Amino acid sequence: MLPIGTKAPDFNLFTTPDQKFKLSELKGKRVILAFYPADWSPVCSDQMALYNETLRFFHKHNAEILGISVDSKWCHMAFSQSRNLHFPLLADFEPKGGVSRLYHVYDDKEGECQRALYVIDEQGIIRWSYLSPVGINPGADGILDALENMTNNKT
Amino acid sequence: MTKLKPPVNSQDHVQGNENARIELLEFGDYQCPHCGHAYPIVKTVQKKLGNELKFVFRNFPLAEIHPNAVHAAIAAEAASAQGKFWEMHDIIFENQSRLDDASLFRYGEKIGLNRRQFETDFQQPQYLEKVESDFESGVRSGVNGTPTFFINGVKYEGIWEEDELLDQLKSKTN
Repeated sequence: MLPIGTKAPDFNLFTTPDQKFKLSELKGKRVILAFYPADWSPVCSDQMALYNETLRFFHKHNAEILGISVDSKWCHMAFSQSRNLHFPLLADFEPKGGVSRLYHVYDDKEGECQRALYVIDEQGIIRWSYLSPVGINPGADGILDALENMTNNKT
Repeated sequence: MTKLKPPVNSQDHVQGNENARIELLEFGDYQCPHCGHAYPIVKTVQKKLGNELKFVFRNFPLAEIHPNAVHAAIAAEAASAQGKFWEMHDIIFENQSRLDDASLFRYGEKIGLNRRQFETDFQQPQYLEKVESDFESGVRSGVNGTPTFFINGVKYEGIWEEDELLDQLKSKTN
């Protein structure tokens, strides 16, 4: 993974069939990047469904979360609607895995993103990262601890 | 090793021997089918371990995928005002397929709650706050789905079918 202190590479990916999303648009906010292998994993242990419920805790820390996988924008749209997700999913679809490669979290064998998290600060610098075993949902506690530490170190 | 934050305290609903050496805590969602599957397993484990076990339940409703989960959780909390938290907890899990508000009130009557008081308590903000604070404790304790079990304050990552769970719990008495 990219080392802590690195500038987070910018990207511009589809989030809906007619809308693109640029990382640099979120300057001034903290950003959580959640790379994950695929849409439609089992319901009750689904990582994106969990983050959907923890948004309010992220927002308290001035942080937005973006989900990223190699699924297409149409697939993301259906998945997002079925789970009532209230945050963007980005399609790392063309060139496939291009952004995941930039962040060193592409799994060539599977042709999917690894399950990996980055927390980026208001200036676009990577402050925390975590690579999870692919079958394990990493939860939100690591992200929240990282956001809290960032707040505490500031003051 | 992920630890339970905060540890079991006076805000929690405890079933069984409060001084037992083995403490099993479940983060659960009343509308989650896996929690429904876990419900009779926990009952059996409780029966087999008797006085040696203390069981605690905290709420972890995934509201966006389980639209009735939060109200079901509030209903169980509100039933605690009449001393019937566990009766409500049980009847909800035994009727997981119907958890709309009208059904919840009917279950309340069935277990002997005063309906008017139950409906009033159901609206009290303190019970929603309890559900939300349970949820936050789950998030901070690394809960990533339901059910998630903690044994003596440490997250249990293993299989929670009856034999495996029972073996794990028994190993704590030695």
